[in-house]
Amino acid sequence: MGSGDDFLMSQLSPGQGGQPRQSRPEVAVSRAGAVTGPGVDAAVKARGLTKRFGRFTAVDAIDFDIEVGEAFGFLGANGAGKTSTMRMIACLSPISGGTLQVLGLDPMHDGPQIRGRIGLVPQDDTLDLELTVRDNLYLYGRYFGLAKKQLRERVDELLEFARLSERADERVDPLSGGMRRRLTIARALVSSPSLVILDEPTTGLDPQARHLLWDRLYRLKREGVTLVVTTHYMDEAEQLCDRLVVMDAGRIVAAGSPRELIERWSTREVVELRFEPEGHEAHGERLADLAERVEVLPDRLLLYTDEGDATLDAVRSRGAAPIAALVRRSTLEDVFLHLTGRSLVD
Amino acid sequence: MPPVLRAYQYSLLSYKRTWRGSLTTTFLYPVLYLAAMGVGLGHLIGHGQPDRAVGGVAYLWFLAPGLLAGTAMQIAANESTYPVMSGIKWLKTYWAMLATPLEVTDVLYGHLLWVLTRVALASGVFLGVMAAFNTVVSPWAVAAFPAAILTGAAFAAPMMAFSATRETDQSFVVIYRFAIVPLFLFSGTFFPIAQLPGWLQLVARCTPLYQGVSLCRALVLGHVPVSEALGHAAYLLSMSVAGVVLARVTYRRRLVQ
Repeated sequence: MGSGDDFLMSQLSPGQGGQPRQSRPEVAVSRAGAVTGPGVDAAVKARGLTKRFGRFTAVDAIDFDIEVGEAFGFLGANGAGKTSTMRMIACLSPISGGTLQVLGLDPMHDGPQIRGRIGLVPQDDTLDLELTVRDNLYLYGRYFGLAKKQLRERVDELLEFARLSERADERVDPLSGGMRRRLTIARALVSSPSLVILDEPTTGLDPQARHLLWDRLYRLKREGVTLVVTTHYMDEAEQLCDRLVVMDAGRIVAAGSPRELIERWSTREVVELRFEPEGHEAHGERLADLAERVEVLPDRLLLYTDEGDATLDAVRSRGAAPIAALVRRSTLEDVFLHLTGRSLVD
Repeated sequence: MPPVLRAYQYSLLSYKRTWRGSLTTTFLYPVLYLAAMGVGLGHLIGHGQPDRAVGGVAYLWFLAPGLLAGTAMQIAANESTYPVMSGIKWLKTYWAMLATPLEVTDVLYGHLLWVLTRVALASGVFLGVMAAFNTVVSPWAVAAFPAAILTGAAFAAPMMAFSATRETDQSFVVIYRFAIVPLFLFSGTFFPIAQLPGWLQLVARCTPLYQGVSLCRALVLGHVPVSEALGHAAYLLSMSVAGVVLARVTYRRRLVQ
């Protein structure tokens, strides 16, 4: 992974791509100050941020601060307003109300300047399938106005980073979904951005491809690049995000670190019980007093409790005989279920 | 490098993949047309006076500048329909550009500049072939090169404005069949519009291709009534400018949401 580290060094070196970069100690300071909310040097700051399409309100007056150097997540089901929020931060979509500051600048007036300092990984890849992997990176760098010679070196680094060096001169068309996604991420890094926005980075990828991608994102984060991630995968949010907000119907319904959210909105453990399909409702009522909270899903019953094993014993001593039973720790999925009454992924 | 040229560079780089086939077609097209229609058909026309067959000149001389303008129109129409749809919906190259410091106008002008480059390439080759067929009569013919590009612009800009409003490519086929092909056939390209019924003559006169054909023909043959030529040029220029103004609106509406 020596080459990968070279890449990271180039991320760190100030002045690349014309933008001064936060060095590690400064990032640490700003992170320490971030706990109490709005920091001095927020990467993104939104107050009453609103997006309307005609009569439909996609984003409904939300407030949030994204600190420099953190990985910040927007977790929500499809249609919750995550992508609209991302597009406003990326200065692709004008805001309909409230205020928004990105890297200390105003997207309404400084769009090109802001876009020059951020990298966007859109939900749908916008790679040119007919061009080669290398040309995709090269052209994108040219859009940023990077000089040819410097750009050629940068492209080689990025090919290495995305583990695509061997495919560099092939067309994009035959590449797998995971490779295309890595290429899209590499492309977003071509200008050495200090803020990278990733909209559903791993949707549609197999587990191996996802882990490889997460690994690349950790490397970026370690170097102080601010990451903004939307996802409807709770494991992705737990893995990647220092802090996140849960969105539902255009609003933020909860905010905090994954651990904080789970502690606040769920119990320590969950007992999952599977009965005959039509029995969940009845069993739910019968067992309700054994847990702090009960969720009845179409295919299973969830009992929220701090002592899973004890609760499961109590269930069994009542004579209930589930087909399958499982005790597990609470996850963000449970938080989301509690807050919105819906599963994240149907 | 100014942002417009950065957007333009995309088209240049993609053209690198297809330029051989494209240039071959660009070269063969005028050769075939001029040989078959100008020379072959031309021999049948003229009632014993082949050198003064149509409008006082040989049919080949009459035809060649008309085809030049017609070709400029066709290239412009092709390059400002499907590629726009591709930029928005298929390859999504417009969106990729817009995620960078490039703005909507850079994307628009960069693409338009490329369309005009293609028109210029085709027109240049066409004029070269015309010279080889001995149909370039006057030194004024040099000015037929920008005139052909202007003819292309008069189609490209409004077509781009229109294409940016489309959800599918279906209407492009309709436009081609019911606008581009009839214009190509009836705008004085193959025969003088005096042959048309009276009311159709009036319609033909109002079409942009007629303006382009007349302008190119006047310049190539060296019969340039200045005020008339300026009139044609002004018509084509206004149409180009109107198209650009429209395209700025439709591009913004489509790409900024």
